[in-house]
Amino acid sequence: MSMPRPSASRTAAESIRSERSFLAKASIPILAVLLLAALPLTLDIFRLGLAAKYLSLSFCAVGIVLIWGYGGILSLGQGVFFGLGSYMMAMFLKLESTGADSSAQALSSFFGSNLPDFMVWNSIETLPWWWEPFNHAWFTIPAILILPAVLAFVLAYANFRRRIGDVYFSIVTLALSAILAIVIIGQQGVTGGVNGINDFRTFLGINLDDDKVKVSMYYITCVLLLGCVMIGTFVLRSRLGKVLVAIRDREDRVRFSGYDPALFKAFIFAIAAVFSSIGGAMFTLQVGLASPSLVGIVPSVEMVIYAAVGGRLSLVGAVYGAVLVGYAKTFFSENFVEYWMYFIGGLFVVVVMFLPDGLAGLIDRIRGGGKPGASSGEPTPAREDGASPPPGAARLAGETGGAE
Amino acid sequence: MTFDMLASQAFTGVSIFTILMLMALGLAIVFGLMGVINMAHGELMAMGAYCSYGTALFFHAYLPDLMDYYVFVGIALAFVVTSIFGYLLERGLIRFLYKRPLDTLLATWGLSLILQQIYRQFINSKEVEVPTVSWLRGAWQATEGVALPLSRLFIIGLAVVTAFAVWWLLFRTRWGLRIRAVTQNRTMAGAAGIDTNKVDAYTFALGCGLAGIAGSSFTMLASTGPTTGQQYIVDTFIVVVFGGVESLIGTIASAFIIGQMQSWFEFGMSGSMARASILLLVIVVLFFRPNGLFATKVRR
Amino acid sequence: MSEYILAVEGLTVSFDGFRAVDDLNFYVEKDELRCVIGPNGAGKTTLLDMICGKTKPTGGTIKFKTFDLTGMIEYQITRIGVGRKFQNPSVYEDLTVFENLEISYPKKRGLMGSLFFRRDDDLLSKIDEVAEQIFLHEVLRHKAGKLSHGQKQWLEIGMLLMQDPELLLLDEPVAGMSAKEREQTAYLLNNISKGRSIVVIEHDMAFVRMIAHKVTVLHQGKLLAEGSMDQVQADERVKDVYLGH
Repeated sequence: MSMPRPSASRTAAESIRSERSFLAKASIPILAVLLLAALPLTLDIFRLGLAAKYLSLSFCAVGIVLIWGYGGILSLGQGVFFGLGSYMMAMFLKLESTGADSSAQALSSFFGSNLPDFMVWNSIETLPWWWEPFNHAWFTIPAILILPAVLAFVLAYANFRRRIGDVYFSIVTLALSAILAIVIIGQQGVTGGVNGINDFRTFLGINLDDDKVKVSMYYITCVLLLGCVMIGTFVLRSRLGKVLVAIRDREDRVRFSGYDPALFKAFIFAIAAVFSSIGGAMFTLQVGLASPSLVGIVPSVEMVIYAAVGGRLSLVGAVYGAVLVGYAKTFFSENFVEYWMYFIGGLFVVVVMFLPDGLAGLIDRIRGGGKPGASSGEPTPAREDGASPPPGAARLAGETGGAE
Repeated sequence: MTFDMLASQAFTGVSIFTILMLMALGLAIVFGLMGVINMAHGELMAMGAYCSYGTALFFHAYLPDLMDYYVFVGIALAFVVTSIFGYLLERGLIRFLYKRPLDTLLATWGLSLILQQIYRQFINSKEVEVPTVSWLRGAWQATEGVALPLSRLFIIGLAVVTAFAVWWLLFRTRWGLRIRAVTQNRTMAGAAGIDTNKVDAYTFALGCGLAGIAGSSFTMLASTGPTTGQQYIVDTFIVVVFGGVESLIGTIASAFIIGQMQSWFEFGMSGSMARASILLLVIVVLFFRPNGLFATKVRR
Repeated sequence: MSEYILAVEGLTVSFDGFRAVDDLNFYVEKDELRCVIGPNGAGKTTLLDMICGKTKPTGGTIKFKTFDLTGMIEYQITRIGVGRKFQNPSVYEDLTVFENLEISYPKKRGLMGSLFFRRDDDLLSKIDEVAEQIFLHEVLRHKAGKLSHGQKQWLEIGMLLMQDPELLLLDEPVAGMSAKEREQTAYLLNNISKGRSIVVIEHDMAFVRMIAHKVTVLHQGKLLAEGSMDQVQADERVKDVYLGH
């Protein structure tokens, strides 16, 4: 009698009150502190450079969490977008370095244009037309952001509009990785071939070998990376993020809720492509190299394991995953090279079989008393198959919404 | 273009076709029928190739008189070894992941890396070659200007025999009936008293064994190295996808088309650029026929 | 001529030569609650699939209000006011009941719209209204995957109600429900049929009797009989089909 029935709008409003745990809320600040303070204070300049390298690769992993964890699209072609960013930056740096180099200038005056050294070695006599725009920073930097986005969007929208299945799409992206690597290696004269493009000196007149510049570059990378993580978080928390999860789990139903799933998938795919491209550009700036070995199938699939180790549903986890795997790679190559392949190969198997939600899932499980994803604050932490059924048992339950 | 050039060109196309077909038959069963994305399929081919290599070494050392016939032993051994490996792989890993095709992809990729390193560490880090048996050396002079290498002719024959055997097994035997029943409707097949787990394992083993045969026969054309398998894998998948995954005939037809393209494209460009162009072309075709060239219309 | 909201004429679809629906004419009036019955394989679900765009017909026309649905794809058909509930309840199991309803809210379904979407009072009161109707007001916060089978059926109907469709297509809405739940559902359907047209596929004759204005019987892809429940049940051909099957 004294308790009036709660007004209708209040009950609906109550049901959306956030109940994110402390760890979920603090994960980005913790990452920021680690990256911006802890690492620079404890690592020497060489190790900081390595960290910068792994962080550049982690841009791809963050993108993969978006498209794979939440969109259900497994791209084996993130190396393509990483490569695009990397090569566009490398072309710009190469032209700038060539322009500043006196011996190269002598050659240039001979050939009548600003010709990178490897082109001269391959007896290319004029700069290809598609190199020309990369003489300018005002073209290069926007291009690094826009070109991969447009390419990814068009590719993905075309394919998803035609209802190409997830598995097919993975194979299409795999083929793309192969194509780009083949073309780069095959067209040595204009791409630098297997050796890639290297030997840069300056970026906009700043000496890239200077330690202070290296530290600043590291900070820029961190800030950009945190920016990407925050953009990703914003997207996932929006209605779009929920639609994405809905598409991942029941694409058909989403169509009948009046959405165009192809558009949403293409959009998230384009975002991931831009992230990868930024990572590629930062990689080239700091490592001083653009190489086909970071474009092909092997690196593209390896990027997926970064995300899988961190947790395919955790944007922040992807960064840790990339850094940990990257560090492991360095550790193995410095100590016992021959075991690296066993390690990374085993990692794929173990994570898929026993840790499908990666480190983030492990932390959740420890804290949530065995309930995976019980307390994470991301929109939908539980995986499609939720409570991970006992091996083989799920198949007996019959097919639901399969290929039938 | 003269007749001779045309003829040898067509022969090259047919040769590439049979190679692609051998590569793709196993995957057509594993991926096409069962829906398992086995990224280690290429490494299974390499395993088959190493079986041939081992057989050659063995015959060279102990049975030099029978050296001419080691090829057949090599092929048989390759089939047996890779299918046993496939059986164990299915029981130990794949069967836990049937509901998660993309995870299968990742796990088998990991396996492929491990296999590569095993080859590198325990067999040879460099590429190995097998001796060509005496009766496969040289070429058959079809006409004055057309010479057809015997080893390629042998592979064409082997591919035809293998394709026929697969067809016979799938469509003319009880086992084939069971396999088709399980892949088409698992629940019903189970209800009809078929041991679906067993069928899965044997089907997978068969697909892997075919990869072994393919790998074994390739030793006649090229050397084998730890990363040989990785070079084949994309093309193999593309052949199967291009043909339409549920259709064996589609796979064969698609191998034919891609083989011909490869052979003709190489006129105008380098081999690797021809490969890249074909991959790109297949992606474009897939856009227009999302279920592959030869997919049948089914109610979804 | 009375006002048809849905006019299906000469509709045909064949799968590999098998005609699942064969030259079918089917009309639904405004505000009508129509039940479609028929033995298995009669083409009932395929009919709904074609209306909502899931399956492309081989021939014939489907007219909804002034739109020709045959040339449109699923999300476009949904946006002009056709809602579809599937045979197996299909809800987003990883999202909460609230989020399931929210996603179905028919505003801001574009890319940028949904990226910058903000919840407003209209949305909240709409969700309250619908949740009350579908008896799920108490469980708005629960993950949809945790609901009972019957509750999932209701949730899916609720998701359609969020869209405010003029035509609702329901495929076996009471399958797997208890007797009490069936009654509640009958009440729900009678309730929501005011102001919109509903087509229901159902096997449960008692349920059909509770709700139907008019019944259509399909057999082997063709129209067998149409009329009131009593008329249809008295029809000899209908008896043959059901008993002889």
